[in-house]
Amino acid sequence: MRRVLEGSHAVSHAVELARVKVISAYPITPQTHIVERLAELVADGVLDARFIRVESEHSAMAAVIGAASAGARSFTASSSHGLALMHEMLHWAAGARLPIVMAEVNRAMGPGWNIWADQTDSLSQRDTGWMQLYCEDVQEVLDTILIAYKLAERVSLPAMVVLDAFFLSHTYEPVEVPDQDEVDAFLPAWEPTEILDPSDPRAFNQLASPEYYMEFRYKIQQAMEEALRAHDEIDAEFGQRFGRSYGAVRRIPCREGERAPLALVTTGSVTGTARVAQATLREKGTDVDVVKLKLFRPFPHEEVRRVLGPYERVVVLDRNISFGSGGIFAGEIRAALAGLDRRPRVYPFVAGLGGRDITPQTIESIVARALGDEPPADILWEGLKL
Amino acid sequence: MKPVFVRPQSLTDKPFHFCPGCHHGVIHRLVAEAIDRFGVRERTIAAASVGCSVFLYDYFDIDVVESPHGRAPAVATGIKRTNPDKFVFIYQGDGDLAAIGTAEIIHAANRGENLTVVFVNNTVYGMTGGQMAPTTLLGQPTTTSPYGREFGQDGYPIKMTEMLAQLEGVGFAARVAVDTPARLAQARKAVFRAFETQLEEKGMGFVEILSSCPTNWGMKPLEAVRRIEREMIPYFPLGVYKERKGSDAL
Repeated sequence: MRRVLEGSHAVSHAVELARVKVISAYPITPQTHIVERLAELVADGVLDARFIRVESEHSAMAAVIGAASAGARSFTASSSHGLALMHEMLHWAAGARLPIVMAEVNRAMGPGWNIWADQTDSLSQRDTGWMQLYCEDVQEVLDTILIAYKLAERVSLPAMVVLDAFFLSHTYEPVEVPDQDEVDAFLPAWEPTEILDPSDPRAFNQLASPEYYMEFRYKIQQAMEEALRAHDEIDAEFGQRFGRSYGAVRRIPCREGERAPLALVTTGSVTGTARVAQATLREKGTDVDVVKLKLFRPFPHEEVRRVLGPYERVVVLDRNISFGSGGIFAGEIRAALAGLDRRPRVYPFVAGLGGRDITPQTIESIVARALGDEPPADILWEGLKL
Repeated sequence: MKPVFVRPQSLTDKPFHFCPGCHHGVIHRLVAEAIDRFGVRERTIAAASVGCSVFLYDYFDIDVVESPHGRAPAVATGIKRTNPDKFVFIYQGDGDLAAIGTAEIIHAANRGENLTVVFVNNTVYGMTGGQMAPTTLLGQPTTTSPYGREFGQDGYPIKMTEMLAQLEGVGFAARVAVDTPARLAQARKAVFRAFETQLEEKGMGFVEILSSCPTNWGMKPLEAVRRIEREMIPYFPLGVYKERKGSDAL
């Protein structure tokens, strides 16, 4: 059924379609609409789930860890400082191999206080063992929640579905909402093999001495590698069933069958802006291929090399920063390309921090700089007001 | 002409951003009156919180440090321990102090930190748009409890003043309201006592102030004020719960 949904509510309805059993969350802007709608769905008996109102995000994540350990498909949502407060528990959820799914609304970290879009919050959670999937539009948000559950349960790792503050969380778009029976066929009930069950007693999350610890970590890495393959399979199955698939890395060529001299790598809602800029630039005589990166963890190294390797120049647009290094996606992409004999020149642009608009003109300016005589650098700033 | 009503010196000229009928403005004024009354403006530092009181730094003509959600008591502890000669107060709402920051306030109180705490309880998360807080009354509808808070799901509203009054580190603990002129006078007195407690080095001075939130309660300002007497005070009784007297210093 086609409905006009706010990005946040697309998450809520996907969670409903996934027949989630336990939800726990704490209010934080701009995530709040997600859990408010879920609270309504539970209170109205539309969604048969427990909604646990806790005193902090740290406890929200701990509560869903408990629920998932007891065998319930579980969900939470957070943003920015809320996500940062969960940090310890994020490691715990991944180490305990629990397939929790979280909606993460990208919002800047303080101080100074800022509630607007910035990816540094989720990217700071890079090493927690959570999978991270970035969304371009509201339809992709809804679909990715469903894909994330299937993926998380397949490889026993938690997954974060990431959407930009306001640009996606508070924007209404027409969305194809799949029927419940179609979703049930795609995403059957979770059948965990290891759960808390007093009739089959066992201990969870026990001490792992140096003799064992490294192998546990190895298994998480193996699961991440398996997740790369599983994501492509599940994404393809989703495409067959629902007519939409996204890929871990998707090339959006300027001209079908041709390769432009420059690839522009984007994530999140900026990809939509890049599509507009691509069309304008083409009219002005500049061909740019857009490469949309959806999967950040596990990082699709091989796919990134395959797609970006043949380009002369690659621009990476980061709405985030790792202080002392630079744009985080750019860092990962440069690391992936480092193994190639012949590498594209990478232009790592940082723009739009703290919700500053990235307009088609911003992208045109970046492209002009990359195609002009911009010297190589480890970080390039666009739109700084100094 | 003799002035009969003046703006406290410790407030700036910036108009409050608060919704019509919200009590934060009145409470800001009481705190500013106390700063003026004790002549501590030049040595006062506030640790502000997250929520509707987040813009404290715009309204008070003093040093203010914004703290992460719930952490103001810990941040203030660091400030006061570094500068014991400074007057340090915290201003927190219930979503901050009684939820995400429960551990910080309890342990700052238990350590007997010489701080003044202004705790504004409006039974709801204000700034994020009216979600259920630990202080939400039974039956009160919120955006995350659309049919009202139920004991079976969410327990009873938490009574912070009663809880903190049990701790030896607290020198003064009171609950007041600002819904009538008489209660406003009592509230002023309590805020002054919470200031004196710090100045006399008698441990934490804690004042809980019941406040309206017409926007998130879905009420007109007058209805919201009436709700304080009708629903809040019966559950959150007003009064001084603890007062360390004269020579019994901490």
